Amino acid sequence: MVSIKNLHKKFGKNQVLKGVDLHISDGGIFAVLGPNGSGKTTLIKSILGMVIPNKGNIEVLGNNIKKNSDYRHKIDYLPQIANFPSNLKVKELIKMIKDLRKDTNEDERLIKLFKLEPFLDKKLGNLSGGTKQKVNLVLTFMFDSPLIILDEPTTGLDPISLIRLKDLIQTEKGKGKTILITSHIMSFVEEVSDEIVFILEGKIYFKGTIQDLKTKTKQPDFEHAIASILTENHA
Amino acid sequence: MLKILKYSFYDLIRSRWSYVYFAFYLLLGIVLLFLNNDLSKAVITLMNVIIVLVPLIGTIFGVMYYYNSKEFTELLLAQPLKRSSIFLGQYLGVALSLSMSLILGLGIPFVFYGLFESSAIWDFSLLLITGTFLTLIFTALAFNIALSNENKIKGFGYAILLWLFLAVIYDGLFLMTLIMFEDYPLDKVSLVGTMLNPIDLSRTLILLKLDISALLGYTGAVFKEFFGTNFGLIVSFTMLIVWVILPVLRIVFKSKRKDF
Repeated sequence: MVSIKNLHKKFGKNQVLKGVDLHISDGGIFAVLGPNGSGKTTLIKSILGMVIPNKGNIEVLGNNIKKNSDYRHKIDYLPQIANFPSNLKVKELIKMIKDLRKDTNEDERLIKLFKLEPFLDKKLGNLSGGTKQKVNLVLTFMFDSPLIILDEPTTGLDPISLIRLKDLIQTEKGKGKTILITSHIMSFVEEVSDEIVFILEGKIYFKGTIQDLKTKTKQPDFEHAIASILTENHA
Repeated sequence: MLKILKYSFYDLIRSRWSYVYFAFYLLLGIVLLFLNNDLSKAVITLMNVIIVLVPLIGTIFGVMYYYNSKEFTELLLAQPLKRSSIFLGQYLGVALSLSMSLILGLGIPFVFYGLFESSAIWDFSLLLITGTFLTLIFTALAFNIALSNENKIKGFGYAILLWLFLAVIYDGLFLMTLIMFEDYPLDKVSLVGTMLNPIDLSRTLILLKLDISALLGYTGAVFKEFFGTNFGLIVSFTMLIVWVILPVLRIVFKSKRKDF
């Protein structure tokens, strides 16, 4: 699905990615983890072509992404902070994104799922953070793409919406899709993900199942396993 | 690109500032016509306003729009769209909506005053054409500045400095050079100097079209000889087009290499 070779990225003097090699196979939920500033978002944005790497090669579904924009038809992306043009209505935004990508009827089902009907005629600037995130989720999931990238999907969601989101992720996985998630909520990651990719100081430190990580760090639970990696490498 | 252009254009058409800008020109047109009671004279006064104001508004609006729509641009970047079409679409959206405010705001009062029966129609058209060119040029320059500066305050600062330089300081430097080298033949130098600044170029074009070049003395005669001919007119418009194309090319170039 996604294959990354020797990826380097520097912002000014700050070397964020230092030779990332990563292969993500078809199907399944992958969680990208790492401490703040470890390069998770940079990695994801590189896959999306929003950040241009200094060195290295990225292939999505067999296509080299360099100087190419069509491969993004195959990706649904949920950005970290949902900031939309504030004088646009929810309805108009959804219509516009459909117009830019392709037509779909999935949005109606998702709007019902997240109970967004009362907000359709409201302007995006007047919505609360959680509601914006729900709109963001509708925009992401309404296209039926084989690769889904979610950057901090749980931000601002209430418990019911969180359960709905988890269900939604599982249904999409059931369709054989590949889902890439970043999150700082360890319980969420433990619950949904099949495999984790741990980034530390711009390199892939660990890739495998949560069980492998527990064995490797000799820790009984996931949260402590993550914490032990961090203390070992910073102590 | 056309879809992005459409959405940026609609977004701006609905914004309060477009109306303020449109209403300002409408008011300016009406007031000038009432005070002057003469189309040709109103055109001259308008020229002085347009030559300074259009670049200022183009620069400020361009920078402001870019920074305000930053998050939205990021949303678009994750869609299957080419970067060049996103940024060119936004640029044209801003430039065209500003040009429309200018053309309609000034056009409406002049048309009602009887522009079509008057001999000033060509002068007025030239005024609107150069105004549109100035909008295209300065919005493109503003996008360039905004693309190169992450920091909003810096971006605004550079944009204002650019406007100040081309609208005011350039003339001062130009004049000082002319005075310092007054012993030499300067007509060629001043012609080139005028060509290199889009504001000066527009001003000269309009002044000479209005046939008041006699006011400019000997240089005026040289200018008239050059700009008054078809060749001069073609060269000037080519220069204006080059002034649009170069910054637009840089928008495309710069946006392809930028990280978001």
